[in-house]
Amino acid sequence: MIANRRILTDDMVARIEALASRYPTKQALTLPALHIVHDELRHVPLEAVVEIAKLLDLAPAEVQDTLTFYQFFYQTKPHGKVRAFVCRSISCALRGGEQVLDHLCKKAGIKPGETTPDGTITIEPAECLGACDFAPCMLAGNDLHKDLTREKADAFLDSVGRQNG
Amino acid sequence: MKPSDTFQPVLLEAAGIQDGFSIKSYRSRGGYAPLEKLLVEKKPAEVVDLVKSSGLRGRGGAGFMTGLKWTFLPKDHPGPIYLCVNADESEPGTFNNRILMEEDPHQVLEGIIISAYATRASTAYIYLRYEYPKSWDALQKAIDEAYEAGLLGDNIQGSGFSLDIYLHRGAAAYICGEETGLIESLEGKRAWPRIKPPFPAIEGVFRKPTVVNNIETMACVAQIARRGIEWFRSIGIPADPDNPRDPGSYGPKLYCLSGHVEKPGCYEAPLGITARELINRFGGGVWKGRRVKAVIPGGISMGLMTEDELDTPLDFTGPGTVGCLGLGTAAVVVIDDTVSIVDFLHNSCRFFAHESCGQCTPCREGTNWSLRMLERIRAGKGRLRDLDLLAEIGDTMGMMPGSTICGLADGAAWPIKNSITKFRDEFENYIKQTNPTGYMETDPVPALPIVTTH
Repeated sequence: MIANRRILTDDMVARIEALASRYPTKQALTLPALHIVHDELRHVPLEAVVEIAKLLDLAPAEVQDTLTFYQFFYQTKPHGKVRAFVCRSISCALRGGEQVLDHLCKKAGIKPGETTPDGTITIEPAECLGACDFAPCMLAGNDLHKDLTREKADAFLDSVGRQNG
Repeated sequence: MKPSDTFQPVLLEAAGIQDGFSIKSYRSRGGYAPLEKLLVEKKPAEVVDLVKSSGLRGRGGAGFMTGLKWTFLPKDHPGPIYLCVNADESEPGTFNNRILMEEDPHQVLEGIIISAYATRASTAYIYLRYEYPKSWDALQKAIDEAYEAGLLGDNIQGSGFSLDIYLHRGAAAYICGEETGLIESLEGKRAWPRIKPPFPAIEGVFRKPTVVNNIETMACVAQIARRGIEWFRSIGIPADPDNPRDPGSYGPKLYCLSGHVEKPGCYEAPLGITARELINRFGGGVWKGRRVKAVIPGGISMGLMTEDELDTPLDFTGPGTVGCLGLGTAAVVVIDDTVSIVDFLHNSCRFFAHESCGQCTPCREGTNWSLRMLERIRAGKGRLRDLDLLAEIGDTMGMMPGSTICGLADGAAWPIKNSITKFRDEFENYIKQTNPTGYMETDPVPALPIVTTH
């Protein structure tokens, strides 16, 4: 079986299987498994879907059904090394969130939802990030960027090595 | 003197305390002692009665009686029974769960352990939204500490009661906050809400009896166990004696204040504080010395209050008296007088079009068509007739008109209905000014391509 796997590493499989005792069904491991693969590969290619399905005794279509419901998961190509969610919901929009999103995209040379050609950064509009006390805000990786301004946005792009691209 | 003058915050007592998130700090504040006492002295049914008679209503949005929800579980069920804790906080404007999980995770855990004991649940899942990595770390650390202290695991404190708590990460979908959407998602499926009945208490996650409660509700349970029913019922707005269906609005509440105020933040106040008092006492007033145009009383799906309605008490019944959907999550978003109501509604419609799960046609189509109309109006091609069409969508999609499975569409409808009812003049003027030659037309018109949904 192991020889048949091309995408999932032994480590990924071990991490997925370590969670098995938490749930009474294998299907409940779908989201955790997708996250484990996505965290590492920045996308979940179709081959990985088939391999996850095999691991969880599911039809590939069942895993794919769940995957596509959450627009969170990339499939055909990985997202950038940094994935930045810029909030555009009401509290952030009232304090300039959409302008920050436009500014970031313009500076990075991409449209919202796109990845820079060098794969450095993906900038996505996001719905409420639950940090309205720091509006406008952005979540990049595990870092919450608070009270964004153009200057802070520029500094962020500099820090990930992406300005005037 | 107002009740809020003498009020002491309890849910936020750890805020600002150094290492307030640690088990040591929580214990030093009296935490976990109530749990240990209760495991010895009270039977599960007595804990259910305690919460029931406290009058605690769910803090997640619907305001259902927490203790009553627990009594719907089948008696003498062989198990397992599951407790799902809803930390998929995604209602625009809401962040009180995040504050609780980051600042005082043990308060949340104590509430979960007590609730699991009361409901005889042996496993609790905390469904945490993807966007809260810091909450994830704080909760996981707290869970590890609790296991180490013998407060989780097998035979807790020799009581014979066992409980495991697991964190489960969401994937950025608003609908997972709907309790049966959450259950489906937890099972590894698309988060399509279920038709009820059966309610989760009878058949929930993994087809077993399940209770779904919000993070703030869990924190309230911990405080009720510590401070008692009398304390809890001394706070808030008592039940209306003339309305037998009003269970009252008791206890402290975390209000999330954001938008156009000087000091946005999460503030604890007795249920029933007014939006005006929140803005002036806690928020430092409307920013830049401007005036209020409208206020969202409890997350965007609750609709809008106008400046004249700011003295409405924000308890479970207040917002409904001025045409809003309800208290919701008590996320108060202030909108100043420079904001166009057209832009506000566009933002709201875009959110719900993006987050509709697509299962029920009236919601999937209604949210998307309302966004398309708003896009067209903002592009200077609006017609007065659009307002009636939007109002019709608002009146026909949702659980209340009976056309959808869950309440997402009601939440999408309320901002539409409130905006058009309360700000109709502004819409009409906007349409007339931006489309001076075509605003009276009524012929069908093609939608503009949408570029902003995804």
